[in-house]
Amino acid sequence: MSIPKLPLAVDHIPDAKRHVYEQEPILSGRGLGIMFGRVVGLDGVDIDLYPGEVLAVIGDNGAGKSTLIKCLTGAYLPTSGEIYMEGRKVDFKRPQDAREAGIETVYQQLAVIPALDISSNLYLAREERRPGPLGSVLRMLDKKGMATRAGEAVTRLGIQTIQNMGQAVETLSGGQRQAVAVARAAAFGSKVVVLDEPTAALGVKESGMVLDMIKQLRDNGLGVILISHNMPHVWEAADRIHIQRLGGCAGVITPQSHDMGEGVAIMTGAKKLVAEAPA
Amino acid sequence: MTTSTSDAAAQFAGRQQSPVQRIQHLLHQFPWISPLLILLISFAVFTGLNPRFLTANSIGLLLQQTAIVAALAVGQTLVILTAGIDLSVGAIMVLSMMVMATLAKDGGMPGIIALIVGVALATGAGLLNGLLVTRINLPPFIVTLGTLSIFTAIALLYSGGSSIQESHLPGLINFLGDGFGIGKLRLTWGVILVVLMYAVVGFVLSQTAWGRYVYAVGDDPESARLSGVPSRRVLLQVYTVAGFIYGLAAWALIGRSGAATPNAIPDANLQSITAVVIGGTSLFGGRGRLIGTLIGAVIVQAFAFGLSLAGVNQQWRVLATGILVIVAVAIDQWIRKVKA
Ligand SMILES: Nc1ncnc2c1ncn2[C@@H]1O[C@H](COP(=O)(O)OP(=O)(O)O)[C@@H](O)[C@H]1O
Ligand SMILES: [Mg+2]
Repeated sequence: MSIPKLPLAVDHIPDAKRHVYEQEPILSGRGLGIMFGRVVGLDGVDIDLYPGEVLAVIGDNGAGKSTLIKCLTGAYLPTSGEIYMEGRKVDFKRPQDAREAGIETVYQQLAVIPALDISSNLYLAREERRPGPLGSVLRMLDKKGMATRAGEAVTRLGIQTIQNMGQAVETLSGGQRQAVAVARAAAFGSKVVVLDEPTAALGVKESGMVLDMIKQLRDNGLGVILISHNMPHVWEAADRIHIQRLGGCAGVITPQSHDMGEGVAIMTGAKKLVAEAPA
Repeated sequence: MTTSTSDAAAQFAGRQQSPVQRIQHLLHQFPWISPLLILLISFAVFTGLNPRFLTANSIGLLLQQTAIVAALAVGQTLVILTAGIDLSVGAIMVLSMMVMATLAKDGGMPGIIALIVGVALATGAGLLNGLLVTRINLPPFIVTLGTLSIFTAIALLYSGGSSIQESHLPGLINFLGDGFGIGKLRLTWGVILVVLMYAVVGFVLSQTAWGRYVYAVGDDPESARLSGVPSRRVLLQVYTVAGFIYGLAAWALIGRSGAATPNAIPDANLQSITAVVIGGTSLFGGRGRLIGTLIGAVIVQAFAFGLSLAGVNQQWRVLATGILVIVAVAIDQWIRKVKA
């Protein structure tokens, strides 16, 4: 253990989940800070994510939620602070560094390429080649194989309206695009999956499927960070809730320790979190 | 957008597409269809005007006339697919050509060395464009506008502005002007080289991961980066490969013109861009097929050739090309609006 764990709201963690928090965090940030010119994006944020938990991040617009996860996943280079994975310091210079470490991210702007088809998007920057010399010498892509597996990934998510993996993403609805981005993260995340408002464009039923998928990933032992404005979703799916406010962390609560109203009050600054004694 | 799955599915299945929408979808998927139609129609019309248009002899000539611009347009397509533009294509080709010819002139240097130096120089010129675009973040239009002047000036200063005739050049440097006949169809090695270029680059674009990166970087660079595509490296490679292609075009041009002449194709830049645009590749990046560019290049030459066979003033070709460019861009704007 190379860095001390952050204090947990552990009194309010159900006994059945306590073992999760006895492990080492899978992803940690310490003192993460970033400036955008003279605007403070993040102001020394600490965060721990445990394998097998859903950590929700809530906060007002502009509170720094997206910035926080971009710093954790190599999309932004934080100007201060450190990132640890499984206790070891890591240095993500580019998104693919985080990806190679097992972190998959659904960014708020989705990061899909409209002109490419669904299968190309799912496999972008991790293309699979044909077996034999066609792949090794001519570097030919295994388009068929990728399309088949892309279809399985999308079906696993339960999105039936997407049928043709050769369809360009720009011909999809907003919700379908979101489903493609989520399917990509779910299919390839091996340690951590980060979702920035993954249900914003989804209907009731699709949102339910994404929440089910999130729980599934957690039950498989992955750490999941979920950013959402939908408080019922957060209180349903999260094990702990990191409240982001004005670029800093206003505290970490659990669905058991605080109800939605209290959570929102802390988020908006109407109420201060009474610090709990570290366990 | 926020309908439930079953609603959306019902909508999906029950949606009636109007014929216009269906055409839009078809063109969206196959952007080379409209240039191909134009090509076929113009062939029909020109053959009607003068039956000599569709003879083996004429086709061979047409291909030879198309080859140089078609070669340049391969590099131009790569650059335009990344949402860039290359105004320095002609300048790089001429610089490379003059260096090749001057080095090899009157046995000064073995042809193969001169060729390698010339092509390497063009590759380096492309790399320079790429470095300016990716490291200093200058817009490609500005970068290549600048290097257009720089390379042109260097080429003229270096060559003294004078031509070098093929009689002063070794066989290898002239080689691409030689050819063979299949019946009455005469093809030059230059034409064969250009066809090979289309085959290789077309394969790379459509069948390899690198090809996908080119489209991704051109369509949405930030999303490509977040998806793990090494955007800047891909961009740099595109400009460098384009330079290499212009170097090969320089070689082909010496064979084609039977000389190295600084002002052999004065409007090579615009012609290459025209071929790409008429071929259905989007100037906004990320969309298009290389085969469309080949069709576009042939269309422009077919107009020139067909009109001269028909004894019509060449200004009609210029006028028709202008109309085609505008129509092609309008079609591109329209098919980009395609929705599910
Ligand atoms: N790339 C950027 N350039 C400049 N300012 C930025 C950038 N990204 C985020 N910000 C600023 O940082 C703050 C936090 O933004 P963000 O993390 O997107 O908030 P949230 O996701 O919580 O709504 C905002 O003031 C935003 O304007
Ligand atoms: Mg955000």
